[in-house]
Amino acid sequence: MYGRYCSSIVSSAENPVSRRSRKQQLESKMAGADGDDSLYPIAVLIDELRNEDVQLRLNSIKKLSTIALALGVERTRTELLPFLTDTIYDEDEVLLALAEQLGSFTALVGGPDFVYCLLPPLESLATVEETVVRDKAVESLRKISHEHSPVDLEVHFEPLVKRLASGDWFTSRTSACGLFSVCYPRVSSTVKAEIRQHFRTLCSDDTPMVRRAAASKLGEFAKVLELDYVKSDIIPLFTTLASDEQDSVRLLAVEACVSIAQLLPQEDLEALVMPTLRQAAEDKSWRVRYMVADKFSELQKAVGPEITKNDLVPAFQNLLKDCEAEVRAAAANKVKEFCENLPDDSKENIIMSHILPCVKELVSDTNQHVKSALASVIMGLSTILGKDDTIEHLLPLFLAQLKDECPEVRLNIISNLDCVNEVIGIRQLSQSLLPAIVELAEDAKWRVRLAIIEYMPLLAGQLGVEFFDEKLNSLCMAWLVDHVYAIREAATCNLMKLVEKFGAEWAQNTIVPKVVAMANDPNYLHRMTTLFCINALSEACGQDITTKQMLPIVLKMSGDQVANVRFNVAKSLQKIGPVLESTALQAEVKPVLEKLATDQDMDVKYFAQEAISVLALA
Amino acid sequence: MAGVGGGNDFQWCFAQVKGAIDEDVAEADIISTVEFNYSGDLLATGDKGGRVVIFQREQESKNRPHSRGEYNVYSTFQSHEPEFDYLKSLEIEEKINKIRWLPQQNAAHSLLSTNDKTIKLWKISERDKKAEGYNLKEEDGRLRDPFRITSLRVPVLQPMDLMVEASPRRIFANAHTYHINSISVNSDHETYLSADDLRINLWHLEITDRSFNIVDIKPANMEELTEVITAAECHPNQCNVFVYSSSKGTIRLCDMRAAALCDRHTKFFEEPEDPSSRSFFSEIISSISDVKFSHSGRYMMTRDYLSVKVWDLNMENRPVETYQVHEYLRSKLCSLYENDCIFDKFECCWNGTDSAIMTGSYNNFFRMFDRNTRKDITLEASRESSKPRGILKPRKVCTGGKRKKDEISVDSLDFNKKILHTAWHPKENVIAVAATNNLYIFQDKIN
Repeated sequence: MYGRYCSSIVSSAENPVSRRSRKQQLESKMAGADGDDSLYPIAVLIDELRNEDVQLRLNSIKKLSTIALALGVERTRTELLPFLTDTIYDEDEVLLALAEQLGSFTALVGGPDFVYCLLPPLESLATVEETVVRDKAVESLRKISHEHSPVDLEVHFEPLVKRLASGDWFTSRTSACGLFSVCYPRVSSTVKAEIRQHFRTLCSDDTPMVRRAAASKLGEFAKVLELDYVKSDIIPLFTTLASDEQDSVRLLAVEACVSIAQLLPQEDLEALVMPTLRQAAEDKSWRVRYMVADKFSELQKAVGPEITKNDLVPAFQNLLKDCEAEVRAAAANKVKEFCENLPDDSKENIIMSHILPCVKELVSDTNQHVKSALASVIMGLSTILGKDDTIEHLLPLFLAQLKDECPEVRLNIISNLDCVNEVIGIRQLSQSLLPAIVELAEDAKWRVRLAIIEYMPLLAGQLGVEFFDEKLNSLCMAWLVDHVYAIREAATCNLMKLVEKFGAEWAQNTIVPKVVAMANDPNYLHRMTTLFCINALSEACGQDITTKQMLPIVLKMSGDQVANVRFNVAKSLQKIGPVLESTALQAEVKPVLEKLATDQDMDVKYFAQEAISVLALA
Repeated sequence: MAGVGGGNDFQWCFAQVKGAIDEDVAEADIISTVEFNYSGDLLATGDKGGRVVIFQREQESKNRPHSRGEYNVYSTFQSHEPEFDYLKSLEIEEKINKIRWLPQQNAAHSLLSTNDKTIKLWKISERDKKAEGYNLKEEDGRLRDPFRITSLRVPVLQPMDLMVEASPRRIFANAHTYHINSISVNSDHETYLSADDLRINLWHLEITDRSFNIVDIKPANMEELTEVITAAECHPNQCNVFVYSSSKGTIRLCDMRAAALCDRHTKFFEEPEDPSSRSFFSEIISSISDVKFSHSGRYMMTRDYLSVKVWDLNMENRPVETYQVHEYLRSKLCSLYENDCIFDKFECCWNGTDSAIMTGSYNNFFRMFDRNTRKDITLEASRESSKPRGILKPRKVCTGGKRKKDEISVDSLDFNKKILHTAWHPKENVIAVAATNNLYIFQDKIN
């Protein structure tokens, strides 16, 4: 009985009553409380903080603010927080919720003057072994760091960072890495020096975990440092991390490279950043080179046009020719973006003489991931190169990729046709396009067929109604009788989109007759497809076509011998009912549904009755 | 007689034995893996019943100067349960194939345990406080009248007796079609590899729904299958290097920096076969049952049926050291084939300073080799010699025609008593030897 009683009240605590008014309400009740049952739900919440059921504990933790409000700021600080500080035994999901809650708890402990009271529980959460919990605790710590006064930051927050940074276990040291940058800007210069020292120490920590954490925060920390210290402190650390023995550390230095390059004046880049970047682009480990390829656009923006021309272009060429397929694929993905961001004065020259030869090789790469990565961006080059170069240089590549053995490559080309359409018009491609589409449409893998169906409306829009009728219409109809349900379903949806594009008249002439003809198919699955098509098309086709051409077919099928067809008739009638003329609804639909409502099959009965009540025919 | 290990002159003496004395051994109780953690303070065993037992070394007490910290049960838990794969109509045994400790990351300890198919990450943590004080009931459990609550009570944490909890933190499943024979934690502390008969997968310790296949030796046609992967291990300090051994007696070293797929090896270790000793059993006995890097990372050791070999990673064409474990069995291979013993998978281990190695044999014998002095010793793990701090007597198997006193003849060896799993404390001369369902702990006694 308690269970039900409290849960109803507990959920009422979620009502969107403003925090202030809820607080007043609770306080007034507490004041006059003497056996007041308003304390009861809070009592339940507190007790459930240690219930055996994780879900109930989680529930209570998520309503921690309600508990804190009821206890008042004083008791929250002196009783609730000490209890929570030691709760780190709990399940990860409970700890995660707790770490999140504490990030917005400042008002509940008495405002910024007392925000430091939240540090002990968050400190212990920042040392647990589960990364997501630690990260959330660090996030909350970063959040509340801004609510500390400069004095409190030095008296309470900064010592916590130091404790974490010199903790015995690497979990606490990794957490410390994320906290330096938030306290650095707001402390005195002596403390700043200490923080820099701590960061340096962590960058050369014994455990790779800590070095990785430090490397991933290097860029962020560099941003809050004075430029002189960036040069004197960060650059040596950056160089060391970038040549760490563990490649998992080195690859994180690539990311830091972007932020550091943004901070430094152009004239220092060559001396301070480029040696490391060059080294990373030629690293022995493919994972590091992959990272360079993956971050290439950011790097390009960060180092500026001159260095791009002299250094990044050859580096990018090498990545496109890398011996590891993963690296080539990552680089291929960046081809368009890289070309777009090249300096205008030399853009065309660089693309034509340096990038395009590599791209040509990638078109016949041995690895299909590389080819499909390229296929997903290559069309974008046409807008950069313009009509003539596209026809001369890119078109042969598109055509080659359209004939690629791997369906994903062909699909990626087809899905990006719109870029080419704008530049050279799709007609140039249509000769090769058609066989590629037909082949994909008949691919043995249904997922491939599904993917090409999804591009049909797009293709139809670009190729125009004539071309479509002539070449593609029959494909769209063939999908309606595919042996995989997902394809038939997608095909009906496709018809609807085509009708939206080409209009009701086109539908009446080309699609409706074929759909209607399937109603007599011996296979009941195909007969059902007729109904599904009608469901999808009725709205797009409008009242006239639906009432005159589709409704008779649906009504006729109500006598089908297969119950599945009959109850789908009931469902269809319910669906198309609102589109129909009201006279037809009363005169034709109602008697049929009434008949179906007395069907022998209980499902047919059910759906007929449902249709009657939804259409208000009773 | 001098002991083996560390170069110091010492003798091995009995310290402890764990497990029932019954002659009747339940299958589920047979120990299937033994592993010390990084500090040596914890010792984990897994058994065929899917259980993991963790022993903790007691703090040395001043009152009992002679007791050098005994290992006592710290935590016992059921790691794996028998399962049934309905899709393949296959029973999946609960037997723990391997246990590997993770580097300690906070006050709790973590380990990976695996059966044939599923790897689990366990956390072993201590709890010494409990919350007290409810609002709705008294401490003794009596409910309080909900309408008479006049104030709220926040629970208070009170000290309690130490409780050790093992909780499953992650389950890495569905990545192996064949039986997992090895797991090995990478020195980057964030990944580990798992190997089955034909494939090696690389996992991130925090991601359970995805692993990367880095080695696949499955031929397109299974009829063409000629070798299987028997063991795999990550290099102790180069995070990009791992090795795997094969049933053909070869070891491949791969560099993960070179490519995402490591089907092509970087180094290939193989000793040319001596044509004179070639026989029907040559291939079976050359199959490698275990491979272990030395702590320094310079060497690796492989165990085949009759010998242990130490390889310098810089020399691929032959091992730098070869030790015969039980050469006297060469004449017995026929009967060992018949009773399937020839397929036993003996493991091997290094001592903390890489100066000595240990591996098991039959008749509850285990062997140790000192790499500096080339001395070797055969010891026995048996109840008879298990007097407190009793010194272990070296055993000798008679190979010639005439049996001397104290020697045991090859024919009287008990092949049902085999020592497959042993572990050496990472810093001290303390060893753990699994003999069927018993775990023996021996330690040095300095003269």
